[in-house]
Amino acid sequence: MTEINKVIFSNHDDSESASIESYINIGGYSAWKKIIESSDQNTTREKIINEVKASGLRGKGGAGFPTGKKWSFMPNTGKQQYIVCNSDESEPGTCHDREILQRNPHALIEGMAIAGFAINATVGYNYVRGEFMGDCYLQIKKSLEEAYEYGFLGKNILNSNINFDLYNFLGAGAYICGEETGLLESLEGKQGKPRFKPPFPANFGLYGAPTTVNNTQTLATIPKIIEKGSEWYSSMGTEKSKGTIIFSVSGHINNPGNYELPLGISFNELMDISGGIIDGKKLKAVIPGGSSTKVLPGHIISKCTMDYESLEEAGSSLGTGAVVVMAEGTCMVEMLKRISRFYYAESCGQCTPCREGTGWLYRILDRITKGQGQETDINLLIDVANRIEGNTICAFGDASAWPVQSFLHHYFEEFEFMIRNKGKSRAA
Amino acid sequence: METLLPKNITNTIDHWIQKFPQGKQRSAIIAALHAVQHHNKGFLTNDLLNQVADYIDVPKMNVYEVATFYSMFQTKPVGKHEIAVCNNISCMLRGSNEIIDHLEKKLSIGLGESTPDGNIFLKKEEECLAACTGAPMMMVDHIYIENLTIKKVDEILERLQKSND
Repeated sequence: MTEINKVIFSNHDDSESASIESYINIGGYSAWKKIIESSDQNTTREKIINEVKASGLRGKGGAGFPTGKKWSFMPNTGKQQYIVCNSDESEPGTCHDREILQRNPHALIEGMAIAGFAINATVGYNYVRGEFMGDCYLQIKKSLEEAYEYGFLGKNILNSNINFDLYNFLGAGAYICGEETGLLESLEGKQGKPRFKPPFPANFGLYGAPTTVNNTQTLATIPKIIEKGSEWYSSMGTEKSKGTIIFSVSGHINNPGNYELPLGISFNELMDISGGIIDGKKLKAVIPGGSSTKVLPGHIISKCTMDYESLEEAGSSLGTGAVVVMAEGTCMVEMLKRISRFYYAESCGQCTPCREGTGWLYRILDRITKGQGQETDINLLIDVANRIEGNTICAFGDASAWPVQSFLHHYFEEFEFMIRNKGKSRAA
Repeated sequence: METLLPKNITNTIDHWIQKFPQGKQRSAIIAALHAVQHHNKGFLTNDLLNQVADYIDVPKMNVYEVATFYSMFQTKPVGKHEIAVCNNISCMLRGSNEIIDHLEKKLSIGLGESTPDGNIFLKKEEECLAACTGAPMMMVDHIYIENLTIKKVDEILERLQKSND
């Protein structure tokens, strides 16, 4: 049986895992202290970035971009630079960052301090989604105060001449702020409308200054990599997908939960760990990495391993590791309609293909489920989705098109059946 | 004009402004609106938006843009207690539609509406609230309540009703 909870969740047996004492007990802040005590700071910076590169760590926010490489894009301008954490977790199906903020806040704080040091950023912002204000935000707020009390943050940290100030920020409800430039706009107090890239945030980020935006889970992984070394981390996982990821397993599953597991674990083992499908039913389909990734039928994903390469080969992607499980009997037309309503509601409205197209997708699906679908609707759906994909400023447009394309690809007959039978579901 | 921003609110706004570099006080608009909305029983008015703009010292349009873009800000009067039921995919697969139907029936209002006595606002929630492993779930006055059952929902409604009596 594969070992679970080896990196960020390593003290999850402790009900007080969020406390600074529990974190220090498992080696917490030792990596940061070692960095602070190092004599040659420039060499240390280089070493950290090389270590993160060697670990093979890839961003856990969905795109999977190599973290060390992203950090190496940062210039050293001698002016104010920033590290920003994306805790605006809102990809449907995904809820592991919330658990990190709630139960492992110090791993994130230490990770941000180390990242800030490595990329010459003396100020960090942790952008927490607004809806968390009465939930895990209270914990990360308290933990940040603790870290200051212990002297791990602030000016001249432990008499080292190193400065790092960290602030929590609260959003106010907008999925698009999870897109890194939308997030920066929001942090500047504006509507969260994504910017054109290039310039990338490393050159023009927060307030126009060089900035790196990393996801919560990515940053919370950093302290253990620095403490235990890149070899330890990369010994887990597969050749191209190194280390671990936290899977959020939800939907028709007996034990929904967040499981930190090595990449490359088989899908079937993940199902076993999560207790199997409810009521002993058969597996119908899985969305493997949040609603923006393509749906895979049960017989295809059952042959997959949960890593970047296997899921890409199967026609989907690992995304955020949010595994949404659907048992037999699930109506795929209703599922797609709900997903499309989400993109329709959350489009920021900046690009015409996305603003108008997402509305078309939702309205067509809505009329199909209400028995008013027409034979031409399937082609119309595909046509609209294809016209959004690749024609927008940010990846949100693509994310709204992929579910439509993949649901129709794998479950064409269900859509056809519902149109011909005046809204009756074939799945039921 | 009479000030609508009491001292504790301006203190909160000041606290947020100092998190940002000098001259970047626009970054504090979101936090200011959260504080003001909470103080005004859950919604924002034009007068409040104008006073926030004046206090932070940014053009009024900057504040209007924020107030109308983000889903947590209400620009029309709503009920005192906010219930937001997540019905994105993970919750939908575990019965969130039944929870919503039950709430609508019990409160005799639809999503996006408030009860006539002004006690409860049933928010239309489009986003996933990131509690998928505890589905179905809802947020009541910003507190996450997971693994919902009809019984649990009824208990919460009863509590909210009592607080109104």
